[in-house]
Amino acid sequence: MTPRRKRLVVVLSVLAGVGIAAGLVFRALSENMMLFYDPSQVVGGEAPHERPFRIGGMVTKGSVTRANGSLEVRFTVTDFKHSVPVTYTGVLPDLFGEGKGVVAHGRLTREGVFAADEVLAKHDEKYMPPEVAKSLKGTPPQGAT
Amino acid sequence: MIPELGHFALILALCLAIAQSVFGLIGAWRRQPEWMAVARPAVAGQFVFVALAFGCLTAAFVGNDFSVSYVALNSNSALPTFYRVAAVWGAHEGSLLLWIFVLATWSLAVAALSRSLPDTFIARVLGVLGVVSAGFMTFTLATSNPFLRLLPPAVDGNDLNPLLQDFALAVHPPILYTGYVGFAVAFAFACAAMLEGRLDQAWARWTRPWTIVAWMFLTIGIALGSWWAYYELGWGGWWFWDPVENASFMPWLAGTALIHSLAVTEKRGLFRSWTLLLAIFAFSLSLLGTFLVRSGVLISVHAFATDPARGVFVLTFLTLCIGGALSLYAWRAPKLGSSAGFELWSRESFLLFNNVLLVIAAALILLGTLYPLFMDGLDLGKISVGPPYFRAVFLVPMLPLLSLLGVGMHAAWKRARLADLKRPLLIAVIVALVVALTATLWFFGRVTVLATVGTTAGLWIIYSSLRDPVSRLRKHQSLSAAVLGMSIAHFGVGVFTIGVAGVEAYKIEKDVALKPGQSVTIAGYDFAFRELRNVEGPNYHAIEGEFDVTRNGQLVRVLQPQKRVYRVQTSPMTEAAITVGWTRDLFVALGDQLGNEAWSVRIQYKPLIRYVWLGALLMAFGGLLAASDRRYRSVRVTEPLPTGSTARDAA
Repeated sequence: MTPRRKRLVVVLSVLAGVGIAAGLVFRALSENMMLFYDPSQVVGGEAPHERPFRIGGMVTKGSVTRANGSLEVRFTVTDFKHSVPVTYTGVLPDLFGEGKGVVAHGRLTREGVFAADEVLAKHDEKYMPPEVAKSLKGTPPQGAT
Repeated sequence: MIPELGHFALILALCLAIAQSVFGLIGAWRRQPEWMAVARPAVAGQFVFVALAFGCLTAAFVGNDFSVSYVALNSNSALPTFYRVAAVWGAHEGSLLLWIFVLATWSLAVAALSRSLPDTFIARVLGVLGVVSAGFMTFTLATSNPFLRLLPPAVDGNDLNPLLQDFALAVHPPILYTGYVGFAVAFAFACAAMLEGRLDQAWARWTRPWTIVAWMFLTIGIALGSWWAYYELGWGGWWFWDPVENASFMPWLAGTALIHSLAVTEKRGLFRSWTLLLAIFAFSLSLLGTFLVRSGVLISVHAFATDPARGVFVLTFLTLCIGGALSLYAWRAPKLGSSAGFELWSRESFLLFNNVLLVIAAALILLGTLYPLFMDGLDLGKISVGPPYFRAVFLVPMLPLLSLLGVGMHAAWKRARLADLKRPLLIAVIVALVVALTATLWFFGRVTVLATVGTTAGLWIIYSSLRDPVSRLRKHQSLSAAVLGMSIAHFGVGVFTIGVAGVEAYKIEKDVALKPGQSVTIAGYDFAFRELRNVEGPNYHAIEGEFDVTRNGQLVRVLQPQKRVYRVQTSPMTEAAITVGWTRDLFVALGDQLGNEAWSVRIQYKPLIRYVWLGALLMAFGGLLAASDRRYRSVRVTEPLPTGSTARDAA
């Protein structure tokens, strides 16, 4: 190969690689970006039904119920203005508890119930998810782009 | 008295660090031997006082001095002594002190083992290390002093976070920090070379072993953290793409690129400015990692502190360090460029691809980690980027990297004749593919694309890494530690790849509701829930379940997962029970009481997961061997430079 052709091959392959990679990266980023909503936004109808998102707030005191002996658990997440019912099937994290901060990932059903596939509680009892802390402080709600 | 002594020692160490940087840097600039001569003793003195400060804090922990606020917050009289020592770095302030201690140790090692280096050069290296050290000490003393007293003293301590009361996590921070901070040495070498205006192959030869040793520690540290997350968090995964994991992984990727690029600079005198840039990046990413973790900007399981003042300080320091180094680079690097050429098919090209791909991987992870920060900062919404992003984009550079690795190991410098290798390597790919397909089908009963590609690549790399050392041994040729180390590290990459492919493709994770007496079957193993009992630990009480794991009626192991409640912090903790095997791990964790005597139980079957960590350890071991190569010990660089080099001094 002449030096010129060689350079051309290198440049073209680099360009192609960068192009493909950039396309894949931005697709992956937009597909896997998870938006966060607080209960007021969900009740207000701002949250999407068609794609999963995260909801955060405090677990309402006295709201955690379980069908006896079943893995399914129901509770409500509140920001002390509105609350959203959540269902989840599986093992809850160690620090999940009533009156504690929680972030759940899942989808909103037509009935307005949040079906979570992942529930996160922070491994620190003093912890409050930053988004929750912000929305509880009453900063203007935001979240949708 | 002891905490005040520690505090005072730290202030003295700061003064010495300032002296070390001023005398080192200015002395080298003005070419004053008397000034430069101060740097080494200053390093020794700094080490002594930092060690004293560290010892004082440790003594306060071991002696249960709850009049020290940091001790009261992170220890307890019921805490076993081993964890009292580990509690020293259990939170923000102490882990910073550990950072400083590790840096002082590295500096001391550099000062002691650098007698053969030119005086001005080593004075500059120590000077730059002194700047970094002084920055961190100022940060600690100004915003995060671990020696502050509590008035009135606490009666007893708040206890160490139960998650951290664990062997792997007790040793994880020191090892990880040794790696992180070790890149400061490569950074200092790079800055010194730029200040000196001189970068030759001897420079690369001095820098290489230091960088490899730092990289080795980082590898072990990350592997330990992954192992800990697997068994202690009760989740059973080995990597979560958590921001703090990413924070340690990005310097690792940059460091991996750096050790490969240094090889080219040492052997061929090429990639010089690129090597400098990578050295700056690797350390900058270490600093950024510290910033991300310590400032609490990114909330994750690891973040201890959420103090904006600290964040601002680290950010300023980060900007100064990186900005300073990059300006220096912009000013001096053009003079240090290299001009020799190489063919498209040569080891240089393969290492260039290696570097490009590793840097792309690091950049993609950086993008995903910082993207939520940008979005939040620009008020575009609160988002998070989930593991699926990282999983998808990480494969983009990694698959080509793995496929190039198998060939690149055999390519010669300057111009490779790969024609002889084409056939054996192609046959090896086919054999690896067949073995991968039959093995996965026979073992797991089904084939997935990911598992096939991963296992094939892994087997191929293993074959390729063994080819050279085995043929040399057969011919009774000598095998240098460097070549053997490289082969073992690449062998480790193959083992790691197979482990990842196996566990990601064939893992089974199931949450079930079980009552004592019931059982469940997963992946051919029967898990029978026998009974529950109470267990008392030194500072916790626990409910322990007993599970008999059988296969075809044969008892495999009795597993005893626990649900612990620590007495002081009263938070529940899941202690998973795991049986380890060559082909699989079985994992049982107790969830919650569901009523009616039933418990939620997480049961997992993790095939080949041990190979993930075994691979990482092999990489680290390979690094250790390579760093111990004889040529790094022949201190005076008297050998002629390799032929074909166009090393020219810009000085």
